[in-house]
Amino acid sequence: MSSRRLELCLLLALIATAAVAVSLGESALSAVQYRQALTDLASPPAEVLWTIRLPRVLMAALVGAGLGLAGATMQGLLRNPLAEPGVLGVSATAGLGAALAIAGGLAAFPGAIELAALAGALAAGAVVVGLAARFREPEVLILFGVALSAFAGALTALVFNLSPSPVAIAEVLAWLMGSVENRDFTDILRAAGPMAVGAGLCLYAAQGLRMLTLGEEAAQMSGLPMARLRVAAVAGSALLAGASVAAAGVIGFVGLAAPHLVRAAVRDDPGRLLRPSALAGAVLLVAADLAARLIPTEQELKLGVVTALFGAPVFALLAWRAARSWRS
Amino acid sequence: MTAAWTIADARARRGRALVLDGAALSVAPGEVLGVVGPNGAGKTSLLRAGLGLMPVETGQARLAGRPVGGLNPVERARLVGYLPQERRLAWNLPALEVAALGAPDLPSSKALAVARERLERVGVADLAQRGVLDMSGGERARVLLARLLATRAPLLVADEPVAGLDPDAQLLTLDLLRAEAAAGAAVVVTLHDLGLAARSCDRILVLDHGRVAADEAPRQALSSEVLAKVFRLDGALVETPAGLVVAARRSGTPPP
Repeated sequence: MSSRRLELCLLLALIATAAVAVSLGESALSAVQYRQALTDLASPPAEVLWTIRLPRVLMAALVGAGLGLAGATMQGLLRNPLAEPGVLGVSATAGLGAALAIAGGLAAFPGAIELAALAGALAAGAVVVGLAARFREPEVLILFGVALSAFAGALTALVFNLSPSPVAIAEVLAWLMGSVENRDFTDILRAAGPMAVGAGLCLYAAQGLRMLTLGEEAAQMSGLPMARLRVAAVAGSALLAGASVAAAGVIGFVGLAAPHLVRAAVRDDPGRLLRPSALAGAVLLVAADLAARLIPTEQELKLGVVTALFGAPVFALLAWRAARSWRS
Repeated sequence: MTAAWTIADARARRGRALVLDGAALSVAPGEVLGVVGPNGAGKTSLLRAGLGLMPVETGQARLAGRPVGGLNPVERARLVGYLPQERRLAWNLPALEVAALGAPDLPSSKALAVARERLERVGVADLAQRGVLDMSGGERARVLLARLLATRAPLLVADEPVAGLDPDAQLLTLDLLRAEAAAGAAVVVTLHDLGLAARSCDRILVLDHGRVAADEAPRQALSSEVLAKVFRLDGALVETPAGLVVAARRSGTPPP
């Protein structure tokens, strides 16, 4: 399948999924109410569809696309199909930033948690960008990412440990589980800025990711400005992952799974993989959020919980199939 | 004529071990230079140091007369194409796409046309759409050779391009590199098969413990003294109807 055709198919799938996700929800609407929502924008059904569900769906699509693109970029850069956006430690430091903001009582200020999370991500991003400029071996980034994640995780635990208020702890936990509930268009705009920059950087790095297929040294001798492309890939993924966590908390598996779903269709090409991965990530997260809303539970399921619950078994299945193909 | 590539007085360490100890190299357009030496003699290090891929303590490397350190990636790629020893590929791209990675300077349709022609030259045109990870090691080596040829660079540096290849593919590889030299390119190739080196190279650089033990025409470079001193072989280059071969046994072992 050509790249354009694949992207068109995924875009149509995204539009269809989003349409279903806007139409369905906890409060079931009648045919008359749907017609009212489309004709009278001031009516209560229109309120449900366009100011409650639509921003939520758009946010899920935006975050899913960011995670899918960041995951595909990381897999290409590290030449490792198991890489995901959090591998650099950026998600963990973004979580730490949010935890600090909530425990510090900043939750009342609109945008404060998001800003703190983004700041945490950017701080870690600056560290890994520095490392990427200095070392070309992917192992270096992976190992420092592990260290950064562990350290940020420990500091987040320390926030829990020292927090005098159980309410704040519960709030941080709920936030960390990931959600796109109650988002409005301001939230979307706030997230879209850093995400657009991150996406631009990742797409700029695409040709470098392809060249890395040959290995670090052949790529370095290829004539492409590999040092610059490597930094762009790391900075772009860090921005995308950080902005995603800032907008919706920690959501696992989408960044890992989305590239795997489309890899075969682009014949393994790590450059052509980027845009389809973003679209696939958006479809996955919109669908996961719809599931979170529709599965009847006493408390609405958290989005991060749903993606992990469904994602982990699917991922195990993918790994099983891959393992069998390695043996043949 | 300006040499395509020169390395002078290269000293470098890997960890604490001295891997290059004053090694030097020079190759002119139209020439095939074979670099030989026992394992650990510094062949790969010399190539990497000369391309600016590894730090050196002393030494100057020049591509077409210009210091390697002063070249930007585009200028460097215009002057040299490099085939590393490491042949592990990360993704299962079609062979055609991998070969086309040799020509990132061309628009994609032109790069693919060059790649197709080079795949034909190395004899795997029928595998153009096959994923490179679904190939045998030898087929993959040919695709990577096609990628090197697709660079169209005036200096081609190939680190052990025939390792793991069948005899026919080994000869084909050297023939193709010789053809590039005949067309005006400078070619540097590291080899372990001394007979193949003697037959295919215009000149042979023998490395031993990071130093140049010989740098002459094959017959002189691979003299019985060098074979004994550097390779610890008792033997000699022998002229046969098919060309030069090395007949030797390990020093100190009795004849069969």
